[in-house]
Amino acid sequence: MRIGVPREIHAGEQRVATTPEVALQLIKLGFDVAVEAGAGTAANYSDDAYRDAGCEIVNTADDIWTNANVILKVRGPEGDEISKLRAEQTLISFLWPGQNPDLLQQLTDSGATAMAMDSVPRISRAQKMDALSSMANIAGYRAVVEAAQLFPRFFTGQITAAGKVAPAKVMVIGAGVAGLAAIGTAKSMGAIVRAFDTRPEVKEQVESMDAEFLMLDFEEDEDGSGAGGYAKTMSKEFIDAEMALFREQAKEVDIIITTALIPGRPAPKLILADMIHSMKDGSVVVDLAAEQGGNCELTEAEQIVKTENGISIIGYTDLPSRMAAQSSQLYATNLRHLLTDMTPEKDGNVVSDFDDEVVRGATVCKGGETTYPPPAALLSAVPKKAEAAPAPVVVEKEPSVMGPIVGMIAGGLALLGLGAVAPESFMAHFTVFVLACFVGYMVIWNVSPALHTPLMSVTNAISSIIVIGALLQISATNTTIMWIAAVTILLTSINIAGGFAVTRRMLEMFRK
Amino acid sequence: MSQGIVTVSYIIATILFILALGGLSNQETARRGNWYGIIGMTIALLATILGVVERHYEILLVALLIGGTIGVVLARRVQMTQMPELVAVLHSLVGAAAVAVGYASFMDPGRLSHFSGVELTIHDIETYLGILIGAVTFSGSVIAFGKLSGRIGGKPLTLPARHWFNLGLLLGAIWFGREFVLQSAAGNGMEPLMIMTVIALLFGIHMVMAIGGADMPVVVSMLNSYSGWAASATGFMLGNDLLIVTGALVGSSGAILSYIMCRAMNRKFLAVIAGGFGTGGGTPSGGESSEDQGEVLPIDAHETAALLAGAKEVMIIPGYGMAVAQAQHTVFEITKALRAKKINVRFGIHPVAGRMPGHMNVLLAEARVPYDIVFEMDEINEDFPNVDVSVVIGANDIVNPSALTDPDSPIAGMPVLECWKGATSIVLKRSMATGYAGVQNPLFFKENSRMLFGDAKETLDEVLKAL
Repeated sequence: MRIGVPREIHAGEQRVATTPEVALQLIKLGFDVAVEAGAGTAANYSDDAYRDAGCEIVNTADDIWTNANVILKVRGPEGDEISKLRAEQTLISFLWPGQNPDLLQQLTDSGATAMAMDSVPRISRAQKMDALSSMANIAGYRAVVEAAQLFPRFFTGQITAAGKVAPAKVMVIGAGVAGLAAIGTAKSMGAIVRAFDTRPEVKEQVESMDAEFLMLDFEEDEDGSGAGGYAKTMSKEFIDAEMALFREQAKEVDIIITTALIPGRPAPKLILADMIHSMKDGSVVVDLAAEQGGNCELTEAEQIVKTENGISIIGYTDLPSRMAAQSSQLYATNLRHLLTDMTPEKDGNVVSDFDDEVVRGATVCKGGETTYPPPAALLSAVPKKAEAAPAPVVVEKEPSVMGPIVGMIAGGLALLGLGAVAPESFMAHFTVFVLACFVGYMVIWNVSPALHTPLMSVTNAISSIIVIGALLQISATNTTIMWIAAVTILLTSINIAGGFAVTRRMLEMFRK
Repeated sequence: MSQGIVTVSYIIATILFILALGGLSNQETARRGNWYGIIGMTIALLATILGVVERHYEILLVALLIGGTIGVVLARRVQMTQMPELVAVLHSLVGAAAVAVGYASFMDPGRLSHFSGVELTIHDIETYLGILIGAVTFSGSVIAFGKLSGRIGGKPLTLPARHWFNLGLLLGAIWFGREFVLQSAAGNGMEPLMIMTVIALLFGIHMVMAIGGADMPVVVSMLNSYSGWAASATGFMLGNDLLIVTGALVGSSGAILSYIMCRAMNRKFLAVIAGGFGTGGGTPSGGESSEDQGEVLPIDAHETAALLAGAKEVMIIPGYGMAVAQAQHTVFEITKALRAKKINVRFGIHPVAGRMPGHMNVLLAEARVPYDIVFEMDEINEDFPNVDVSVVIGANDIVNPSALTDPDSPIAGMPVLECWKGATSIVLKRSMATGYAGVQNPLFFKENSRMLFGDAKETLDEVLKAL
């Protein structure tokens, strides 16, 4: 089969769907590879390099569209490209079928098989084909580089002969692949990095990059993990708390990088105009969600917006394309992995096997029928808490119900017996006594083991309340009793003072 | 001051005591809890002195002042490693006070005119019980103090027929109680009371003597509980609700603490009280099975430092040995040095490490180890497979694998810190002697264990230098 790689016609797109290096591997899989002349030029891959790898260089795109069986592209078909697509061809590129229903309809009508690289399911096996992650990784890196270009100061803190330089503070919103890449890059440039995400499972990942994870002051345990490891829309209370956090952080940080996206929805507005205005002069905001409308209210796609107070808001949507050589190579490799999986015989024949979860998920239309969205396959990076703790297998011995009941009955009878003979005054004291025992039981049960010693010394001090007994007796006219009481007071007051003082001393030492 | 105000003050004091105990259950509120206790005690004292006491103020104040001064000085002077001894001594004072108050109350001639019939009987029983519990608390605490401070050997004293002996004492106490009640109605009763006191003292001595050193944490908290019950019994005797409530609070809290301790050691409360290990007549020294366990692999301070510096996850398991050697400060210096190298250092605390509940936590806190890197056994026991180096400082029984593997071991079934599941364990010990439980420890012979012999403080100082 023949693979065709046309030149990207989208304005400003510099990437190419295969590189000489990857083309070589495709040829080994049994394919013929045809590349349109000049397709790789913008990504620093010359026609000669492709030729050396064994590709055929064709002069027109029409040649590719006419003769190839499999067409590899970066961006979805545009303009007249789609009309060139024929029923027996397979097109693989980014398609965004959820956001582009018209394109999906046209592709379906053409009768061709179309596979969307953005629809490859997020499962472990498909990681090597996950072009979104590869691109996001580059976007995250590039976002920091772009920010650095406009940011008028160092990222790293320095102490120089000319004075002290404070390190830049970077806040990254959304710790997905792009966010983590941005964190890593900013961190390695020496900035202080903080990150926020609605999904608690990424806290560990953020901390593993040595960045600070911003916690939300929010009571309920709301988990923002949606299906497939993506974030989902949060409740209003959550968003309010989130906004308060961003508003506070905006005053403090120098660079904000937003990467918050919810699949199939416009990007949530997280950085409002007033937050931008509260930022320091010269600060930079990079909005990686610009294509989906932007996380920042002032973002304009493809543009750098300069506000009156000197804040730059970068809304580039082509960050991966700005590093075309790198992104082409990664994207091409993702494509190759997909093709390898679809060419089990290594004979250059693509098999579209719908039992393969990856192929099924990526294919958006086939033979005139729309196959998007694929049937639900729910997989999250971290299993839900309930799943994480399976029901204990150990069969616990059921506690005997009779034991406590028998005990209670016996105790009750004993109390009744006591009540029958004891005078009223005693019973009043006895009631107090029993209640106090229960209070003690309830109060103490949850004490943390680290505090056992202080607890013991404080209860010890309190138990010297027995001094009251001695105080009652010291007024006695009988000298012997008086002196016994005096000695008792002396002994217990050692205990009172000593117990409380030593408790205080111990507690003073406990600190975080 | 009217009786009403005194009663209200007592209620306030009671509430403050409850708040104090509640506050002590949590690090954040603990200091406040202590203040509640102090305020509660002050209110109770003031209300009693101003509202009830009629004369002898000067003697009272002098006694309070002297006692208070001694107490504060003691509290200031005591070293954190000696906390268990101090707590034991203080318990004995409460016991002594309960005995004294009981006797004074009995000698009060107004006793016979106040009460009659059943009320007198009940009052006498209360007096009797108060003295009994007080005496047991007193002598038990004194012996506990002796054992904890090393003045008395830690080995359990196991008399041949000690259970019968205890039973005899108990029967004797009941018999003389009957005698006392009968005689006191006729105005006598001092004799049986005295005999009972002696019996109770003997019982306290024998009880604590029979308990092994490893069970000391349980004993200390049990005596704490007793001191509460003694106060409560005194309260009944005097018809004073404040005493009853406070005593009951302390008593039940101490009992629960003992129960928690016992559960941590997987032992029956009664078995601990009944005394010593080897209740079934077993040989505590582990004998035959431990004779040829293989060779131990010694290590020196420099190698230890190298191992630590190369690790990512370090777990420090302190035991009584750290307390004895006063090594907690050095331990924290090492911790700081390792943390500066981005090594994750954590502390694993066994619930019965040391000689008192929470003993290790107090020592580490004294060395200013932040409490958020100090973990309880249950929190970290599953993490050991990820730990690169465990440092066992002067602990033995709490890291003994035979508790899990050898059903005949005296400590079988006690949960232990499973440090042998980590990559390497370094055990600091003075010698190959057995722990308080007198059980040989197979951990020392494991292939991934290294023994670092010597005084914990000196060797750790060397390790720190090498780091």
